[in-house]
Amino acid sequence: MFTYILRRILYIVPIALGVTLLVFGLVHIAPGDPLNAVVGPDAPAEVVEQLRRAYGFDQPLPIQYLIYLGHVLTGDLGQSVATGRPVAADLGRALANTLVLSIGAALVGFTSGTLLGALAGWHRGGLVDRFATILTLIGVSVPHYWLGMVLVIVLSVELNLLPAMGMAPGGAAGWGFTGEHLAHAVLPVITMSVIPMGIVARSVRATVADVLHQEFVQALRAKGLGRGPVLRHVVRNVAPTVVSVLGLQFGYLLGGSILIETVFSWPGTGFLLNEAIFKRDIPLLQGTILMLGLFFVLLNLLVDIAQAALDPRMRRS
Amino acid sequence: MTSLHRLDPVPDIGGPQQPLLSVGNLTKHFPVRGGLTGPKPVARAVDGVSFSVAKGETLGVVGESGCGKSTTARLLMRLIEPDGGDIVFDGETVGTRSGLSLRELRRRMQMVFQDSYASLNPRLTIADSLAFAPMVHGVSRRDATAVAGDLLGRVGLDPGTFMGRYPHELSGGQRQRVNIARALALRPRLVILDEAVSALDKSVEAQVLNLLVELKRQLDLTYIFISHDLNVVHYISDRVLVMYLGKVAEVGPVEAIYGRPAHPYTRALFSARLSMDPDERTAAAPLQGDPPNPINPPSGCRFRTRCPHATGVCAEREPVPMDLGGGHIVACHLHDSASGHPEAHAYA
Amino acid sequence: MEATAAKPSFPAKPKAARSPGYWTMVGRRLRRDPVTMACLALLLAIVLSAVFADLLAPADPYKTSMIRRLKPIGTPNHPLGTDELGRDMLSRLLYGGRMSLVMGITPVLNALAIGGLLGIVAGFFGGRLNMAIMRTMDVLYAFPSVLLAVAISGALGSGLTNAIVALTIVFIPPLARIAETVTTQVRGLDFVDAARASGAGSLTIIRVHLLPNVLGPIFVYASSLISVSIILASGLSFLGLGVEPPQAEWGLMLNTLRQAIYVQPWVAVLPGALIFLTSICCNLASDGLRTAMEVKL
Repeated sequence: MFTYILRRILYIVPIALGVTLLVFGLVHIAPGDPLNAVVGPDAPAEVVEQLRRAYGFDQPLPIQYLIYLGHVLTGDLGQSVATGRPVAADLGRALANTLVLSIGAALVGFTSGTLLGALAGWHRGGLVDRFATILTLIGVSVPHYWLGMVLVIVLSVELNLLPAMGMAPGGAAGWGFTGEHLAHAVLPVITMSVIPMGIVARSVRATVADVLHQEFVQALRAKGLGRGPVLRHVVRNVAPTVVSVLGLQFGYLLGGSILIETVFSWPGTGFLLNEAIFKRDIPLLQGTILMLGLFFVLLNLLVDIAQAALDPRMRRS
Repeated sequence: MTSLHRLDPVPDIGGPQQPLLSVGNLTKHFPVRGGLTGPKPVARAVDGVSFSVAKGETLGVVGESGCGKSTTARLLMRLIEPDGGDIVFDGETVGTRSGLSLRELRRRMQMVFQDSYASLNPRLTIADSLAFAPMVHGVSRRDATAVAGDLLGRVGLDPGTFMGRYPHELSGGQRQRVNIARALALRPRLVILDEAVSALDKSVEAQVLNLLVELKRQLDLTYIFISHDLNVVHYISDRVLVMYLGKVAEVGPVEAIYGRPAHPYTRALFSARLSMDPDERTAAAPLQGDPPNPINPPSGCRFRTRCPHATGVCAEREPVPMDLGGGHIVACHLHDSASGHPEAHAYA
Repeated sequence: MEATAAKPSFPAKPKAARSPGYWTMVGRRLRRDPVTMACLALLLAIVLSAVFADLLAPADPYKTSMIRRLKPIGTPNHPLGTDELGRDMLSRLLYGGRMSLVMGITPVLNALAIGGLLGIVAGFFGGRLNMAIMRTMDVLYAFPSVLLAVAISGALGSGLTNAIVALTIVFIPPLARIAETVTTQVRGLDFVDAARASGAGSLTIIRVHLLPNVLGPIFVYASSLISVSIILASGLSFLGLGVEPPQAEWGLMLNTLRQAIYVQPWVAVLPGALIFLTSICCNLASDGLRTAMEVKL
């Protein structure tokens, strides 16, 4: 087990380096002089030259990458072109807000998805199963940014039940466990939870049905074991698959929050990305993408380790 | 004008005395994933195997699963690159510049696999599957189709019925007949049958075995017949080779191996088999447990961990193959009076 | 064989009856599946109305009118109302379908070609080549798809081509991975070894034995990505990263109509409803295709 974890950790090092390389490359696939991404187009020529040297843009690309890597490793993600503030500071706040949404959506989506999928898999072909199938289909087919709009129209505009925008009244940007904050989070959380619910329900249903059909479970039933013990065996065999789906989906929630945050004006990383794109603030774009990418890599590592802990077969492959 | 001359039979070179195939020190170690430190571990699947096959004979190869039988077959066909050793086909060394090219080797030597379904492309009709190899060797499609029809007839399947069928429409026995036909399409001299009848029902197995015997006679073939079924090997083989954990334990004429098995492993193997003939029964204890891991095989003699006669010398030195006479060769210290094994003299 | 191969005895009977091939069987099963057929029909209708938008559209999709802004559904001459600049919604939805479909389908086709090729090469040749290709894919896989699409098109800037490039890069890794898995599986089957044993070269084996057995599953997987791609493509436009105004595109229309949800909510959600409809049809059709292709053959 220990060697397995060590090997997994060693394995993500090149992946993490690849992520930094790709994020580094973003500056260079951006059209025009990479410096334009750092300073405004109206900066005087000598300032531009000075900055070119300061940023190392006069160096060959591999050197530039190493310089960039050095900055990243020391926690320096550069400065926002638009605001002049360090990217890392803004990013920390935004990441916290995105985590609020993602964790909320994960809780709602995973619980409902697991329950729905388990019920559907246990009673395959039944009414719950059919309901779950349709819900799953909707979950994976609906453009969630549109679903957010529809929910706002129904629950905020027409019924006036819940706030439609922002994180708290007056555009406040910090989280707190007040009724107001919770009310603001309801719609984005529900919207975000639809996709993981659909996908989790689908894979849980498939795995449960699969395990129930395996010979050892049939044997347990034939032995006269009641529902309880059979259920325990099923849970133990379903858990690794479910954990891996949950982990991946949580990563997708974090990465995919940009559209939802735009719909609900939620001041998280997605909002930051949106701002970076509109103001062509490449350092901000890079920093945000890098953080979310590394977060996802780390999450995958945790999923792998959790899976290995739950399923001894995984350790060998 | 036909393109069939491209399938003209390969002439004999060395005469009947020269072995059709001789294999020397064939070796394949598969790298396996191990710890993060130390030398890369390997599975010694085939570890210095030497034997030869005479023209026109059937060499049976037996052993437990995982002993390297199938790997040896694939090494001979060069479907896996060997790590070492040489293969000489009718006097010509395979793979050297002056010797036999891979492509020529594969015309002379063909193989039938165990899984009759997996060895046929599900998207090709039987006719297309059979015509493939001749077409690779430059035969026109029309002629290749004619060859396919002819081959089907030879293996006892009606061409009119089977040419346009797909593999899934055939029974296991019919599919294996098609596989045999395909192996014959290039008119090889040597056919390797890797558990070719093992997956078939007993009654079908007997029919296919008879077909193999008949084809061998008609087409002047030589067989290497790999199987874990000792009775089938007894029936079809002229000589038998016993493999254990990537090494040759014993090889000899079928009567010698079945009548007077010399290696403790062979004896143990045969004691597990039911025989109607009291003379064939051996007193050896049946095999206990599983064969050891080929990644870290036992030192000295590989069988010593399961051998009732094992002593110190068996762990120290690897036994040298000894000729007991009449081509009956065994690799065991018991039969080597110079080995220092305390029981050796009783046997020698 | 001595006698017969030299003087081949042709089978006396007329050419044998050929069993129906794989794709014929798949076609038959598809035709017996009403849900899939309905979805395919609906998709065909959506595609045709996008292709023939200039014939079908009742008005100019770009003609603005200050006095006819945000009319409700059912307005005379504007059966689906008008948008925030007074443009006819029906016409814009028809034209918008063009862009949305092109933006959604092109990346999957591109990625099918590039990723499929990479995966097949990696799977067939194995070894270091496989390592090099698949580890590169792993790096791209390290990003959630939305994030990767936003990152690349965010750096490249808005525009149709940039969005298509970004989405193509997003879909290459999953397609390469599935192609590699299927290829590795098929390559391990005995018939591939039998073909090698007959002396055939790699290209011949790939063409005759590998491709016919791997293209089906890769194709089905690609078809399941179209729905995701359409949602993502419109999502990029929704963020202002895809096509630029005044172009008609469902995601972009959804974005500009967002301010109108208090005035004409049901007009504002129309483009999204079309994305949803297209995506659900794609998913169902892809599922139907997958089931139909599970014919044992």
